[in-house]
Amino acid sequence: MIRFLLPLVAFIVLVAFLLVGLNLNPRKIPSPLIGKPAPEFQLQQLYESEKTLASKDNLGKVWLLNVWASWCAACREEHPLLIQLANSGVVPIYGLNYKDKRDLALQWLDRFGDPYTVSIVDPDGRVGIEYGVYGVPETYVIDKSGIIQYKQIGPVTVDVLEKTILPLVKGLQGGI
Amino acid sequence: MSLEFIKNHRQLVTTWLRILHGKRQLVLLLTILAVSPLGWAKVAVPVAENPEIERRMIALSKELRCLVCQNESLAGSQSDFAKDLRREIREQLIANKSNQEITDFLVARYGDFILYRPPIKSTTLLLWFGPFIFLLIGAGALIIYLKQRRKLLEEMPLSKEQLDQAETLLKKGSDGDST
Repeated sequence: MIRFLLPLVAFIVLVAFLLVGLNLNPRKIPSPLIGKPAPEFQLQQLYESEKTLASKDNLGKVWLLNVWASWCAACREEHPLLIQLANSGVVPIYGLNYKDKRDLALQWLDRFGDPYTVSIVDPDGRVGIEYGVYGVPETYVIDKSGIIQYKQIGPVTVDVLEKTILPLVKGLQGGI
Repeated sequence: MSLEFIKNHRQLVTTWLRILHGKRQLVLLLTILAVSPLGWAKVAVPVAENPEIERRMIALSKELRCLVCQNESLAGSQSDFAKDLRREIREQLIANKSNQEITDFLVARYGDFILYRPPIKSTTLLLWFGPFIFLLIGAGALIIYLKQRRKLLEEMPLSKEQLDQAETLLKKGSDGDST
C-alpha cells in the first residue's frame, strides 16, 4: 500500500508547491529601501520649471511619493483613487513624473485630474534609479524623519489603500 | 496585336506602368542611401568612446538581472530600465568605481534580486543548498532500498526444488536458442 501512497503524496506535495508558485507575483520584489532614509533629490517642478522641490523640504510630515508617467497604462488605473485620496486631505501626495515629456505630462494631468500637492520631473530616470524604481506606478510612504516605510509596486488598489497605506499613514502621523 | 492588347487592357497596363515608376523611385532612393555613408554616420550614435569601459560594462551587466523582463540580463535586455541601468553602470565605471562598488550600489536600491548569483545568507540558504539536500535524500533512499533488497535475497534462499526448476528452465531456454 505504502508503495503506491508514497509517490502519490510526493506528487500532491509537488503540485501544492507549483500551485503556490503560480500564484506568487514575480514582480513583487522586497525593496531593500524600506526602513532606510529616502534618497535625497532636488528636482524641477512640472508646472513651474524654474522652481524646484527637494526631498528635505518634506521633513516633518508624512507624505506619499507617487512615481507616474503619461505613457504608463497602469497609472491611469490607480489615478481616480489617488484623486479621492488627495480630496480627502489625509496625506499629501507628491508626484514624480518619471521619464516623461513635460507637455504630455501636463496634458495627462489636465485630462485626468491632478491629485498632486507638487509635481516634480525626473526626465532621464536618475532619481528613479536612486529609489529603485522598475515598474511604474510605484508609491512610497515616507515618514516625518524621511524614512521610507512602505513601497507599493504597481497600481494602488482600494484594498492596499484601506488595509495598508491608510493605517500606516495614520500611525506615522500620530508618532513624532 | 500588342496595340490591341494595350487598348483592351488599358487599366492593367497603366497599373503596371505606375508600379514600374514607383520602383524607379525606390531604386533611386536605395542608390542615394547606398552612396551616402556620411548620412548614416550622423544617425548612428557612437555606443562608447571607450571600448574598455564598454567591455567591463557588458561583463558586469551580464551578471545582473533586468527587473522588468526578469528572464533577461541587463546586458541583453532592450527595455528602458536596462538601458538606464547600463548608462548608470557606464558612468560609474568612467568615474573609476570598482565592480564591487557598482554591484553594492545596485543591490542597495534593487535588492539581491538583481543579482543572478545571490549571496549566501540565512534567507538564501535553501536556494543554495536545497538541491544538495534533495541529492542526499535521494542517495539515502537508494541506499536503504538496496540494503533491503540484499537482505531480502539473503533471507529467502531458494530451495533445492526451485533451483532445479530454474536450471531446467535455463537449459530449455538455451536449447531453444541454439536450435
